[in-house]
Amino acid sequence: MGLLSDPVRRRAIARFILRLNTPLCVLSYVAGIAWFLALVFPPLTQRTYMSENAMGSTMVEEQFVGGDRARNFARDFAAHRRKSGSLPVAWLERSMRSVGLEVYTQSFYRKLPFPDETHERYMVSGTNVYGILRAPRAASTESLVLTVPCGPDSTNSQAVGLLLALAAHFRGQIYWAKDIIFLVTEHDLLGTEAWLEAYHDINVTGIQSSPLQGRAGAIQAAVALELSSDVVTSLDVTVEGLNGQLPNLDLLNLFQTFCQKGGLLCTLQGKASGRPHGPHGLFLRYRVEALTLRGINSFRQYKYDLVAVGKALEGMFRKLNHLLERLHQSFFFYLLPALSRFVSIGLYMPAAGFLLLVLGLKALELWMQLHEAGGNPEEAGKAPGPGSPPLAPQGVGLASLMAPLLISQAMGLALYVLPVLGQHIAAQHFPVAEAEAVVLTLLAIYVAGLALPHNTHRVVSSQVPDRGWMALKLVALIYLALQLGCIALTNFSLGFLLAATMVPAAALTKPHGPRPLYAALLVVTSPAVTLLGSLFLWRELQEVPLSLAEGWQLFLTALAQGVLEHYTYGALLFPILALGLYPCWLLFWNVLFWK
Amino acid sequence: MAAAMSLAVLLLLLVGPGCWGHAEHPRDSLREELVITPLPSGDVAATFQFRTRWDSDLQREGDTDHYFLRYAVLPREVVCTENLTPWKKLLPCSSKAGLSVLLKADRLFHTSYHSQAVHIRPICRNAQCTSISWELRQTLSVVFDAFITGQGKKDWSLFRMFSRTLTEACPLASQSLVYVDITGFSQDNGTLEVSPAPSSTYQDVILGTWKTYAVYDLFDTAMINNSRSLNIQLKWKRPPDTEALPVPFLHAQRYVSGYGLQKGELSTLLYNSHPYRAFPVLLLDAVPWYLRLYVHTLTITSKGKENKPSYIHYQPAQDRQQPHLLEMLIQLPANSVTKVSIQFERALLKWTEYTPDPNHGFYVSPSVLSALVPSVVAAKPVDWEGSPLFNTLFPVSDGSSYFVRLYTEPLLVNLPTPDFSMPYNVICLTCTVVAVCYGSFYNLLTRTFHIEEPKSGGLAKRLANLIRRARGVPPL
Repeated sequence: MGLLSDPVRRRAIARFILRLNTPLCVLSYVAGIAWFLALVFPPLTQRTYMSENAMGSTMVEEQFVGGDRARNFARDFAAHRRKSGSLPVAWLERSMRSVGLEVYTQSFYRKLPFPDETHERYMVSGTNVYGILRAPRAASTESLVLTVPCGPDSTNSQAVGLLLALAAHFRGQIYWAKDIIFLVTEHDLLGTEAWLEAYHDINVTGIQSSPLQGRAGAIQAAVALELSSDVVTSLDVTVEGLNGQLPNLDLLNLFQTFCQKGGLLCTLQGKASGRPHGPHGLFLRYRVEALTLRGINSFRQYKYDLVAVGKALEGMFRKLNHLLERLHQSFFFYLLPALSRFVSIGLYMPAAGFLLLVLGLKALELWMQLHEAGGNPEEAGKAPGPGSPPLAPQGVGLASLMAPLLISQAMGLALYVLPVLGQHIAAQHFPVAEAEAVVLTLLAIYVAGLALPHNTHRVVSSQVPDRGWMALKLVALIYLALQLGCIALTNFSLGFLLAATMVPAAALTKPHGPRPLYAALLVVTSPAVTLLGSLFLWRELQEVPLSLAEGWQLFLTALAQGVLEHYTYGALLFPILALGLYPCWLLFWNVLFWK
Repeated sequence: MAAAMSLAVLLLLLVGPGCWGHAEHPRDSLREELVITPLPSGDVAATFQFRTRWDSDLQREGDTDHYFLRYAVLPREVVCTENLTPWKKLLPCSSKAGLSVLLKADRLFHTSYHSQAVHIRPICRNAQCTSISWELRQTLSVVFDAFITGQGKKDWSLFRMFSRTLTEACPLASQSLVYVDITGFSQDNGTLEVSPAPSSTYQDVILGTWKTYAVYDLFDTAMINNSRSLNIQLKWKRPPDTEALPVPFLHAQRYVSGYGLQKGELSTLLYNSHPYRAFPVLLLDAVPWYLRLYVHTLTITSKGKENKPSYIHYQPAQDRQQPHLLEMLIQLPANSVTKVSIQFERALLKWTEYTPDPNHGFYVSPSVLSALVPSVVAAKPVDWEGSPLFNTLFPVSDGSSYFVRLYTEPLLVNLPTPDFSMPYNVICLTCTVVAVCYGSFYNLLTRTFHIEEPKSGGLAKRLANLIRRARGVPPL
């Protein structure tokens, strides 16, 4: 630190940073993007390996042969479901009891904050059915969960059939050391959430449910299963859970080893939205390692029947049954370029670090310029003389910054609170449904925020015009860097995406120069437009390009889903955007229109 | 019941007086019996009881000194043959003759429930209790599962259960009996058939209900002699109805609620399913010190209303020395569920205090419930010595209720655990580096710098100036 406390060298470094600031920023940004792109290449990706000792080998002889039984169960289930129109609770109870499980049901009720138009539900009531296989001679202290979600759109009857057939097979074995819970939930994720909250006897999302009658100790791991055909061409595994939480890498390794053993084709998907990509995502909050297996039936020639899937599941459960401790040996933070390769946190974080460094450099530059402007304005840009007064940060005018800061934060709060609170008023006064009202209010407030600078500058008065926006931008840069850093740490994909889009615009914004260009850049990189853009990109990658109108509709539903997921499952994307990133972005907008 | 209930090797040292008057009985007497209970689910439960009684010079002095009473519990023990072998060696006939022939490890550990116990207690030899004898009672209960051991068949025989049959009584035993519970099956047209025909039947009030047992006496020569072996068979004429399983009047459940590694809640649900009788329950909880209980959060609710316990004894924990001890007498209203919950905070252990498998979690011992459960049928006071062993371990003088002691399931609680592997070192190192950097950066940011002009040069300069002055040249 002697380097920095020596005034001469300090000045030299300051001069270096000031002079080379722009090239350094560009270099850092390019390095960040390049690093990220390089993550797919072998030196940065490692082969996955099993860290957990208890699951070391796949020396398990799978004996599951209940393919016909599973199909029969699935046919019966589908028939009963068609007949009753909802989950055939009585039939499920009867069949679970007939295979020798301890059966319980749980009913739940949830009134959504506003009608969910994608799933066509508002007041949801349903029943979960679960059966517990008690491990012989054990004291019910630990358990594993196999869950099948039954939604209104996905019938998942083959998965229910396989679950029952597996339960029948597992029931006849004596090697179980952990109880196994076979759970069939209604209204897919809502049911899972209701069951999990009741199991842990808490209420975080305001769901009403009947208390559980039977429990089986601490849940060690969970597997969710989604199958909707008798044969599958591949098994797709989804790992990302609520708010980008990931299960321990060993669970994925376990799945992959059994795929290889059984010769199954296994694939992987992942996204950055912070919403759970399967019912397993909700388990992660309770520190239950979980993943979702989804059977894909495409046009490939080689197909596998339920026995192959059942054998893979049997193998996984037998290995999980061996666990002495919770899965903890392997990585909790990783990226998966492929199922057999991963990038650990130490290797991918530099990419985000480089991007955030741009913000840091810009902030440093502003800080120094502010000091020089404060110390001796006439010498701005030059190095201050040796006899110049101490560079104290007084007079930057923090008080004058309070107004824009508070106003943009208040705007964010309004964005967070008003849409859901005011949906009824909006629905009364305008010819829109509640769900639309929420989304449109959301957009209205968002856009209204753009008009702010014209109002804030009236409150702000500063003697030195430049110093005002510099100070504001300095605060905004640090605020943005902190937020993006936190997001990148917990949900790297989201953090990196936001950083890659927001950083250049944030770094460039200033009230001089080509203002319309900056304004356009800022708008294009604002969180909402990023979402819209990524929707188009996503459909483009899926080779289903969108027309503009379709894209707009999809955008509106995505917004509604985001808000709903916050209220129903506790997804944090909406509050982060509304309370954190949006106010921060408004600050930059303020800087741009500084007078 | 198919439910594998809590399993623990109970070493129950009952020091309480077992004072019921009876005459002198032979020394070193052994009584053994096996009770077979077919359960409505199709499973079958078998309970062995062996009682050895002997006189010794070791005498009890006066009343029990409560100062010396200790309660200890090992929350988890995986029972295996290593537990069975020494237990069998305590039997006079070992496993050579009598009922103990059936104690074959590979069958006993192929069951869904296994409970093994040793009880030692002093017994008064006369009404005044001037001299005592000691009683060693060994019990072993197993539940054979129709799905696992029976391969789905619900017909049972001794051979099917234990892969052995009874051939002779233990010559050292004074009594060797096999009881088969035929309550309810004998009355309604015989849904269950027991063969061979029993030598007698026995009727009594057991656990509050009227029970009928078929009794086989191994000392009855006719029983063994016919075929040189006794293989008792149970055949269902009509498959049992598995839908509605009977529920006991008192049962309990315990779990940890909440998530995260900071706080949590211990909840115990006490079910009283008696339709019209309320009864008190004594709840004993010993919670390890590393769960810091908040006693003010103790709530007891039944039927939505607060239920004030009539007696509470709480002994707070001392870190690393003694656990919390919480004892309460709670009145359970009829047909209700009572929830007893108390919040706790998870303590941080010292790093050497973690077990070798810290991520497994830490066990919390089961709650113990002791209750006098009201009977359906009033029992007549009976001669304890004459009644079967399975009825006499917890004698109750009052005929209108019976004593039950229940153990809930043990709990597994995760404590905040550092990652004891390489990343742990990395975190330590990183924290150190960050701390050092933070310190110097803070120093740098808060300090104001003044530039001090060098007053005079080094020694060389001073020397040079001295010479210059001598020469009359202006100094440097």
